[in-house]
Amino acid sequence: MSSQPLSQNQERFELNLGPQHPATHGVLRVKLLMDGEYIVDAEPVLGYIHRMHELMGENRSWAQYLPNMGRLDYLSALSYNLGYVELVEKMAGIEVPERAEYIRVITTEMNRISSHLLWFGAFVLDLGGFTPLLYAFDDREQILDLLEAVTGSRLTYCYYLFGGCYNDVEDDFLSGCLAFVKRLRTRLPMYHNLVTKNVILRQRLEGVGPVSAEMCRKYGATGPVLRGSGINYDLRKNEPYSIYPELDFDVPVYPEGDSMARFMVRMDEMEQCLRIIEQAIAKIPEGPVMAEKVPKMIKPAAGDYYHAVEAARGTFAIRAVSDGANQAYRMKLRSPTFSNLSLFQEASRGMLLADGLAFMGSLDLVIPEIDR
Amino acid sequence: MDLGINVFEMVIYLVGFIAFAAANAAYLVWVERKGAAHIQRRTGPKEVGPYGLLQPLADGAKLMSKQFIIPAGVDRPLFILAPILTMVPAIMIFVTIPFSETILARDFNIGLLMILAFASVNVLALLMGGWASRNKYAVISAARVVSQNIAYEIPMLIIVITIVLISGSMNLTEIVAGQAGGILHWNLLPTNGNFLGPITFIIFFICSLAETNRAPFDLGEAESELIAGFHTEYSSMGFGLFFMGEYANIVIAAALTTILFLGGWYSPLPESIPYAGASSVVWFLVKMYLLIWLVVLIRWTYPRVTLWSLLNLSWKILIPFSLFNLLASAGLVKLLG
Amino acid sequence: MNKENVIQELQALAAEGMADQPEVASVAAVAGPAGEEEAKPQTAIPPEPRRNGVLEVDYAVRGVHVDVQIQGDQVVRAAQILDEAGMTLEAITGVDWINDQELEVVYDYSYTGGSCFRVVVRARISRHEPTIPTVSGVFPGANWHERETFDFFGIHFEGHPQLEYLLLPEDCDFHPLLKDFKGC
Repeated sequence: MSSQPLSQNQERFELNLGPQHPATHGVLRVKLLMDGEYIVDAEPVLGYIHRMHELMGENRSWAQYLPNMGRLDYLSALSYNLGYVELVEKMAGIEVPERAEYIRVITTEMNRISSHLLWFGAFVLDLGGFTPLLYAFDDREQILDLLEAVTGSRLTYCYYLFGGCYNDVEDDFLSGCLAFVKRLRTRLPMYHNLVTKNVILRQRLEGVGPVSAEMCRKYGATGPVLRGSGINYDLRKNEPYSIYPELDFDVPVYPEGDSMARFMVRMDEMEQCLRIIEQAIAKIPEGPVMAEKVPKMIKPAAGDYYHAVEAARGTFAIRAVSDGANQAYRMKLRSPTFSNLSLFQEASRGMLLADGLAFMGSLDLVIPEIDR
Repeated sequence: MDLGINVFEMVIYLVGFIAFAAANAAYLVWVERKGAAHIQRRTGPKEVGPYGLLQPLADGAKLMSKQFIIPAGVDRPLFILAPILTMVPAIMIFVTIPFSETILARDFNIGLLMILAFASVNVLALLMGGWASRNKYAVISAARVVSQNIAYEIPMLIIVITIVLISGSMNLTEIVAGQAGGILHWNLLPTNGNFLGPITFIIFFICSLAETNRAPFDLGEAESELIAGFHTEYSSMGFGLFFMGEYANIVIAAALTTILFLGGWYSPLPESIPYAGASSVVWFLVKMYLLIWLVVLIRWTYPRVTLWSLLNLSWKILIPFSLFNLLASAGLVKLLG
Repeated sequence: MNKENVIQELQALAAEGMADQPEVASVAAVAGPAGEEEAKPQTAIPPEPRRNGVLEVDYAVRGVHVDVQIQGDQVVRAAQILDEAGMTLEAITGVDWINDQELEVVYDYSYTGGSCFRVVVRARISRHEPTIPTVSGVFPGANWHERETFDFFGIHFEGHPQLEYLLLPEDCDFHPLLKDFKGC
């Protein structure tokens, strides 16, 4: 804590929230200037888990950089895998077999659900409700088991390769996914009954942390934060990639812009993920999961390339500059929560400490992804 | 009575209450953990002893063997005094609580007053602990606890006055005696003659939750906001005493609710039924522990409220309601009595 | 949003810049001699520094629709144009073209209001005196992106409200993404 004595006459005081604090879910530090229980100013201080992934991108070959993608947002690593392999495939002109595309979508959406489930539990934990966390983990565990069977890892996946997927999925996995879809369909109404309808929770979230659509635009916020402010923007629809155009799903949008809206967006998104998985499993074709001719050394044509995908927390984009070599000349990773968190300072002014933390939780932060 | 027997009795009761408070604190932690575990579809403690029953002893041994760290720059006397001050009044209160017609240490005329007087010392202890810790989170927590406890003491006292009006006594034994004759005579139910009984009970229960800093009103501890609140800097038995004090207070709150509303040691059945209808300490404990279990259930079900809505609930809803309740009850007593 | 209008305005802006300082390429020719590039043919040669202007590029390959290169002092006006068009600033980053002795500041804009439209605005500045005006007045979200770019490249954003290290430790004295950074 601070070295300054707490003087009675000092009306405002600084409070260090973090870098080790239960509510920041990682090593984020927020320098708060408090007036009693009110936040006068909140300045996030980043960089406690900064690993310079962008420099690593310049020092490794395109293929060697693949595992780094799992270490950015460890909760929805497959979205990042997908963004990166799609970018490199675009650069090198590699065609991906259709079955691989379907597997990618199924596993990415499973991963998205697991990410949202963990957020759901951790968010209610932030609000003081401990029990939903364990229920969410119970469900998430099923996803991790399924994904472990195909990808070989439980958290920091590195499953997609340029031109396809590392290995084919078995029927067990697909039937397991369908069973999980069925299971979560029964669980989500329970979550709504137990948590969403709870009067204390609604009181804590409704009207707390309003973020207008204009503010989102000015700060570049994306993902559920933007959709919770009434903007229908989901890259899976707006900038279709992979096989998403062939699948029928909705983009949940809530116009209120408060924490409750962001909460509902993510809860509804899980249902949509289930629909995507179901359709993809119904449609998945037979065939190879790797393109036949993938060069061992990928040397994309010089120039710069941009590719954005919808990760669980918003737009994840990579700008890669190639000089024609086997490794990137410059690799820029645009992480969604970096922008989402940047509006915290402005939006949290004048909030109560408890509301500020509820608001922070509703932004769904993953610190390794912010700090990269 | 002769002085020797008196002293002997006193010592027995004192040792008994300390043991009771400590055992309750230890085993309520076990109940809480096990209960939480089953609510959350886990197993809970299971390694130490059968069903983890020895876990509290292991925890106690661990806490006692740890170093009591006094951080640099704290207000030493206050820092050391605070945890003791949470525990002592809690044990004092047990002196007046009648567990049955025979098991009580002292039968005061103003037992109720004494309980409330000692219960409010607890706030002072938490304030001292928070303030002396020289930790901003602890200070915020202390400020929260004080405003919360003051806000909820008022409706609680008004409700207590209502009960005193109905019973016509501040003596706990007499209050219980007034509810003899089965469940229909309990202060809880409108059949007792006071049709506002259930409202009175609900207000009192909410207040006792808030007074004991239990979820959803555990703003002082608010682990996701204030780390651990006022006991952030405490380790070893300093923390242990705060912890025990918290559970002792829960026991007291539940015991008081049992006395005021649930007919104390009387059976819910009419006395004419053999065995089940007989009044005994068992009934008292059953009611008390059911209430405590309710408190545990609430903790693991609800999220935490914010300070403002907590204070609003007290000042804008509970206090007017309890005042109205007092007036209405007074009128009823006048009319019917 | 009218895409044609935006492109026209950006074209006008870029043309203005060319009138001021006609060729970026000529600066490069002085600073980055061709001989140096030929000396190490195994690292493929980066593309010739292009002249200021607006290119409509193939979205399917490049991932953007419009590629704009302007003068460093025009980035704020470009941001204003795109802000009025309702676009959002997705990221700011830099590229170190050490062979040309230049740093490139890249602004990625996207449109969140409907159909997909991405614009990249780039400006090349001298590597020896890397200053460029801040766009955080137009997009407050640029604040952190510019601080990050300052961390990595040492690019000084003039008028930035708080140009301090964001991701790197506050006492560090290097900029890791510069190509002559050799580790610390």
